[in-house]
Amino acid sequence: MADFLQLLVAGLATGAIYALAAIGFTLLWQTSQTINFAQGEFVMLPAFLALIAMNLGAPFPLAALIAILGAMVILGLTFKLAIVDPLIKSGPLPLVISTIGVGLLLKDGVKEFYSAEAQPFPKVFPETPFSLGGANFTYAQIAVLGVALAVIMALNWFLAGTRTGRQMQASAQNPTVARILGINVNRMIFYTFLINAILAAVASLLIAPSQFAKFSQGEQLGLAAFVAAIVGGFNQVRGAIVGGLVVGVADNFAPTLLSAAGLSSAYRQALPLFLLVLIILFRPQGLVGRKEERAI
Amino acid sequence: MTTADTGATVLKVQNIAKSFGGVHAVRDVSFEVRAGEILGLIGPNGSGKTTLFNCILGQLEPTRGKVLVGDSDVTGLRPSQLNRLGVGRTFQLLQVFPQLTVTENLILAGQEHKGSRLSRLFGAGDAGLTADAARMVEFFRLGHLAHEKAGGLSYGQQKLLDCAMAFMAGPRLVLLDEPAGGVNLSMLANLKERLQAINRETGATFVVIEHNMEFVMSLCTRIIVLAEGAIIAQGSPETVRRDPKVIEAYLGH
Amino acid sequence: MTMKTLGSVLLTAILAVLILAPADLTGLGLPWGGFRRSDIDVLTLWLITAIAAMGVNLIVGYAGQETLAQAAFLGIGAYLTALMTKAGYPFVAAFLASGLLSFVVGILLGFPALRVQKHYLAFVTLAFTVFAWLVFRNEEWLTGGVTGIQNIPRPTLFGFRSKPALVYYWFALAMTVALALVMAWILRSPWGRAFTALRENAIRAESLGVDVRTYTLLAFAIGSAYGGLAGALYAPFVEFIDPSPFALGPSLLFLLMVVVGGMGTQAGPFIGAAVAVLLQNRLEILQSSNPAFAHLSYLLVYAILVMVLMAFCPTGIVGLWQRITAPRRRPHADDKGPILGQVKS
Ligand SMILES: Nc1ncnc2c1ncn2[C@@H]1O[C@H](COP(=O)(O)OP(=O)(O)OP(=O)(O)O)[C@@H](O)[C@H]1O
Ligand SMILES: [Mg+2]
Repeated sequence: MADFLQLLVAGLATGAIYALAAIGFTLLWQTSQTINFAQGEFVMLPAFLALIAMNLGAPFPLAALIAILGAMVILGLTFKLAIVDPLIKSGPLPLVISTIGVGLLLKDGVKEFYSAEAQPFPKVFPETPFSLGGANFTYAQIAVLGVALAVIMALNWFLAGTRTGRQMQASAQNPTVARILGINVNRMIFYTFLINAILAAVASLLIAPSQFAKFSQGEQLGLAAFVAAIVGGFNQVRGAIVGGLVVGVADNFAPTLLSAAGLSSAYRQALPLFLLVLIILFRPQGLVGRKEERAI
Repeated sequence: MTTADTGATVLKVQNIAKSFGGVHAVRDVSFEVRAGEILGLIGPNGSGKTTLFNCILGQLEPTRGKVLVGDSDVTGLRPSQLNRLGVGRTFQLLQVFPQLTVTENLILAGQEHKGSRLSRLFGAGDAGLTADAARMVEFFRLGHLAHEKAGGLSYGQQKLLDCAMAFMAGPRLVLLDEPAGGVNLSMLANLKERLQAINRETGATFVVIEHNMEFVMSLCTRIIVLAEGAIIAQGSPETVRRDPKVIEAYLGH
Repeated sequence: MTMKTLGSVLLTAILAVLILAPADLTGLGLPWGGFRRSDIDVLTLWLITAIAAMGVNLIVGYAGQETLAQAAFLGIGAYLTALMTKAGYPFVAAFLASGLLSFVVGILLGFPALRVQKHYLAFVTLAFTVFAWLVFRNEEWLTGGVTGIQNIPRPTLFGFRSKPALVYYWFALAMTVALALVMAWILRSPWGRAFTALRENAIRAESLGVDVRTYTLLAFAIGSAYGGLAGALYAPFVEFIDPSPFALGPSLLFLLMVVVGGMGTQAGPFIGAAVAVLLQNRLEILQSSNPAFAHLSYLLVYAILVMVLMAFCPTGIVGLWQRITAPRRRPHADDKGPILGQVKS
């Protein structure tokens, strides 16, 4: 039971980070039909921006801020203006291909111009353990969970409780009607890209202390985000949150389950495929998603 | 053969209902279509005509109800399976394959009805349909365009091609969703006359959705009027035209 | 008709050059010493890459789906061929088995994914590539794990040992031509027409009796089988395989190279594969010879190339070529290109 609790909390902490990445992914999809295959690299990059700032002497809080701002400029503004805008009218495939290109560029750029080695990242929150009811947790886990949930709640408040947020939702659900109502849909889409960049940056800063920062991390992070989005229900922010938590928890329970099944724990990385197949077979619309019927 | 009722029921729709979330697009619609009939389906915008077609043809899963073609229950079959049973359709929005030529569009429309799947890989590239396609092209008076890419045709020509594709496999029942929409007057006369000719020569049965009243009234032998998802009137063109409920449905909207 | 004969003359000429150019022709009295061994190997790699790319082109360019698993299928073919030929089975058997196994795995993978919606195939193949790579890496008893499988024999064909680079190149060339002809046959059969139809408008195709699910699955499985067949040629070519060429990165590259070449055209995969293989080869040479270019990695250059091409000519190099050679013949309606935008589903 104590073990279970321990794994559960660790899983929720990772899951909350996946959820951040998955929410951004879903938002981009909803507002601009952009399937961002570079999402994993988006989560990989900001940690390196923070590292660069720290190498130049910035204290961590400032470095974190720089990472978030840098992400907004590179992964929000530049990505939207230089990649998405020119391609969106050519249809979905060229855009998909270009995001794959962006992913390669970020990954190889970091490898060539920063380092191919995993980089240690300052421990922001103390890793000191404490025990509760026989189970051991670290303060870092609780803090990560807390920060991620706070960010998600802030986002929810923004989307549901502010005028701009509601305009963004309207633009996502029905751009034509939104336009008629006088909403500047293009600006709303732009905000989505900024939000995605912020979410990616926060996820990056939260995950880097425990997993180090490495150029190739994006593959695994991206896959976790895609799968989280699909498991939850491709079309909903709520789905991405649920999906992220499910994937994170499953990920933390995987080694135990694998060894119980007599398999190598290396297959932990195969979890996404397993979850994908399960969800496709049993609940294709996702855990909290709605079935969609197309108008013809 | 004549267009008179020959008796046998080709299509039987039983208590079909379809809702999208809270929107009841179609509520409890039942009707029958007899062999050789040209049945008109009219109703104001949003009255559920296209949704009804989609439920009949397996494009949408009806919330309730049953569809029978001939004597067999076809509810839940996929559109391709229905098509291979001899049920053709056209769509409200024009749908041809712009990168294929007119002839290739027509061959495509017939090829799945010929031979086995393997014979379609190892056999002739045109599935033996070049002659049929040429005949169909002539029949719809598109002969001079046979080798043009469909995407390069005018709207009216594409609309004719769209119809021609639905007839390529010699279906016994065809559901046409606004075949006259956006077609100019001379083309319209051509279309009507072609449809009547097919009906006369092959005995094929049609269900036609149309907003052009003149077109429906002169083409169809019987008309069903849909409003807010339910049948409010049916009968010969004259009866329907004079029915106060119909006038009310169209004007009071 | 004249265009057609011109085309066949051109193809024959290209084929003749491909057969003769790498060979040493001084024995025939011609002043041509042929290619260096390393350059012949680059050509062979190009052919093998092109075979896998043909498969991706069928899936993406013709049937309008997305696959991110071609390197995994290459791996399936390569490992199976390595294991079978080392166990003494003839190469032909291993080659056919590789195609068949990839076809079957393609069906198993595509069947659930294609029940849902278009983009799911991309994610399922993505996840599958990761899984396949894990199997290659961890099932040491079968695949040798990270150390891989060594000393994979080159086949003996009609009494000829294909050990020399040139002989193996010719062998690969013959297989490539054969597979390209098979692909051309498929594309001009009713199957090919059905594939194009489901790319352009799956809903309309379905209403005309085209069983969209089955055809999509077939396109994916056949395309994947081409990956397996390419893998079967790859293993004896490199004579040593380990998991690295079959990871996610290379799978992405296969998709990119088809787009770079020109999707939905039969020349596209060959051109895309040529760009990818040559670029990598030349850049590696440049990097090792000149420290100023040390950071000019192949992937970096390639990624930028892809993005620029997508922005200015989403129809790839073939599209670019068509635009240059016939600027007036393409009316505005065609600007969207064959693959793009108009898919209704
Ligand atoms: N896929 C869908 N999702 C949600 N609502 C839908 C969908 N398809 C149709 N509807 C709704 O169902 C109702 C009936 O639509 P339908 O297209 O069947 O009407 P129609 O009679 O064909 O109209 P028109 O003459 O304009 O073509 C409308 O209110 C429409 O908004
Ligand atoms: Mg309609």
